[in-house]
Amino acid sequence: MNNLIRLTEHGPERVGTDPWTLALTEEPAAAGPRILSLEAWLQRQPEAVLSGQAPSADAVCLQPDDEAEQLQPYLAVLPLIAVLFPSFRDGRGYSQAYLLRTRIGWTGELRAVGDVLRDQLSHMRQCGFDAFAIREDKSAEDAIKGLGGMSVLYGRSAIEPRPLFRRRASEC
Amino acid sequence: MYHYDEYDRALVAERVAQFRDQISRRLSGELSEEEFLPLRLQNGLYLQRHAYMLRVAIPYGTLSADQLRALASVARDFDRGYGHFTTRQNIQFNWIELEQVGDILARLAAVDMHAIQTSGNCVRNISTDAFAGVAADELLDPRPLAEILRQWSTVNPEFLYLPRKFKIALCSASEDRAAVMMHDIGLYLYRDGAGEMLFDVMVGGGLGRTPILSQPIRKALPWQHLLSYVEAVLRVYNRHGRRDNKYKARIKILVKALGIEAFAREVEAEWEHIKDGPAELTRAEYERVAASFQPPAYPPQPAVDLAFGSALARDAGFARWVQRNTHAHKQPGYVSVTLSTKPGAAMPPGDVTAAQMEQIAQMAERFGFGEIRIAHEQNLVLPDVAKTDLYALWQQACAFGLATPNIGLLTDVIACPGGDYCALANAKSIPVAQAIQQRFADPELLQDLGEISLNISGCMNACGHHHIGNIGILGVDKNGSEWYQLTIGGAQGKHSALGKVIGPAFSAEDVPEVIAQLAEVYRAQRQGEERFVDTVERIGLAPFKARVYPPQETRA
Repeated sequence: MNNLIRLTEHGPERVGTDPWTLALTEEPAAAGPRILSLEAWLQRQPEAVLSGQAPSADAVCLQPDDEAEQLQPYLAVLPLIAVLFPSFRDGRGYSQAYLLRTRIGWTGELRAVGDVLRDQLSHMRQCGFDAFAIREDKSAEDAIKGLGGMSVLYGRSAIEPRPLFRRRASEC
Repeated sequence: MYHYDEYDRALVAERVAQFRDQISRRLSGELSEEEFLPLRLQNGLYLQRHAYMLRVAIPYGTLSADQLRALASVARDFDRGYGHFTTRQNIQFNWIELEQVGDILARLAAVDMHAIQTSGNCVRNISTDAFAGVAADELLDPRPLAEILRQWSTVNPEFLYLPRKFKIALCSASEDRAAVMMHDIGLYLYRDGAGEMLFDVMVGGGLGRTPILSQPIRKALPWQHLLSYVEAVLRVYNRHGRRDNKYKARIKILVKALGIEAFAREVEAEWEHIKDGPAELTRAEYERVAASFQPPAYPPQPAVDLAFGSALARDAGFARWVQRNTHAHKQPGYVSVTLSTKPGAAMPPGDVTAAQMEQIAQMAERFGFGEIRIAHEQNLVLPDVAKTDLYALWQQACAFGLATPNIGLLTDVIACPGGDYCALANAKSIPVAQAIQQRFADPELLQDLGEISLNISGCMNACGHHHIGNIGILGVDKNGSEWYQLTIGGAQGKHSALGKVIGPAFSAEDVPEVIAQLAEVYRAQRQGEERFVDTVERIGLAPFKARVYPPQETRA
């Protein structure tokens, strides 16, 4: 994917070349590793992958109707998990990401794909995304500015499980 | 009232800078209107029929005198000299230029105000009883928990793109003045025998195209679980609420589709995961916030006030106003005063001029402790007034057109801005409200009719809450002309009810006379002190229908 931003220990960085291709339709798959729909991924994996014996060559993309909990058995074999935002106004991906990070236990790359735009990035980051495939017609350089968001978060998030009232208390 | 600290101020200031940047990217074309839309809505900015409209948050309806002055200055410098108070305890400015919004928000931020999440598909302004903290019938002060909810719901990253708007109200008095049952989540707060604060949680209420009253989902929820329980409800809704059709996207449709038991099981299952985690509220946080809401040091008042008594005896106008526009207070010798924004033809319901706002701010300082409330009925409240000061206050309120003695009466109309302003409206609301107010201008008749709520909405979105008016009026479009459908029997509060349609719609000019006919049926049928809504419940719709839709052969 072009236009990819990834969070690193040095902060957010643009990724020069990313090998992954998002392949959610039945069209002939491009060369190289693919990110498949959950349904296609479950169909195409060999038994060794499904039973947790071998790593998968393919990644999974959760779509809004998918239950994130379904990925629980496959965390050890998945190379990355993507979450699709068919529209930037569809907020289901935020809850999916939050659950993957805080409850399901996913620690690998969690990538937002689809209608991924600058002004939503800080919220996505707080819900646990660490990679962002910015919509192709937008500048990823500009979008990086959206990751900062605001310095105050009253509630909690995947990257800060304590609400402000607990952080505030611990400061004194 | 709540005092901002450095976190609150930083958040609001950063939000202003963020939205300024988004506006400039919209103006440069970098952001499309489609991309800008949810961003501006989450900052309270609508595009209306003629101009932008900015909706400013008044959390749980509480304002300081300085905040009200700041609103007056916005009305004067950026609008046409007035603002419109809404049923969600917000204020709207109708004539705003996009280029000026950053400056307006900065001016509001200087007095600890904002427009965050007053619109959009997110958790909206938290609302409660306008008499919170002072009402004689109050069980517990709901404001600290309302403020805690406000903070938690502000820019909560997971819940900014919900299927639809999401409204939360809480109340803690014998009488529910916050219309709790028409909210997505409604909270009744009380103490148990051991003195612990508990919530009865209601879910799935909402008006609009499919009006539904909420249902109880959990009884006796300990207050420490407020945030985790609301989070569980929102997560279930965010994941499973419908998004294919905006008219079926509210949580009420999900609750109805699943049934309350199945929905409650989903919420409980989600809540199990989070209830004992870091979202559990702490006593320290409750006390930190509650410290802002300590009652003022009320100077003691004489048990018998001869001057007040003689003013009541001497001045019938004053006595009528005291009877209608004051509300019983916890503190002996004090009352809360409701300033009516419904003078009739002079001003649309909820509209207040900059000069009036400044007067109200001054009255709040002179006769109270510098605090003002916004009522769900679009009136303003001075919560703490000594009875000794009422006569002077009344004279000042009279001079500024704020003393119409009609609180709770038929002319205390709740109305949305309607077709005069709103791009969604099918029909006008304001001229109909004013025609009804003129028809019932006679104070004797008005008093005789007693408590009647009358609500007008210019379209199915029901911003005027017509379904829960004792008399509800809905503007409908028929082949390009405006008609008005009437419902009766609606009610808000703990005995909430949805009104029933009485029959075919009427033209605008017929509406006042039809209301007069309904009132006549009530006068003829009522028993003793029975209120309009109780008469409707007892005798049903038939006698009212027969009066306003006489059989064909007798019409001639």
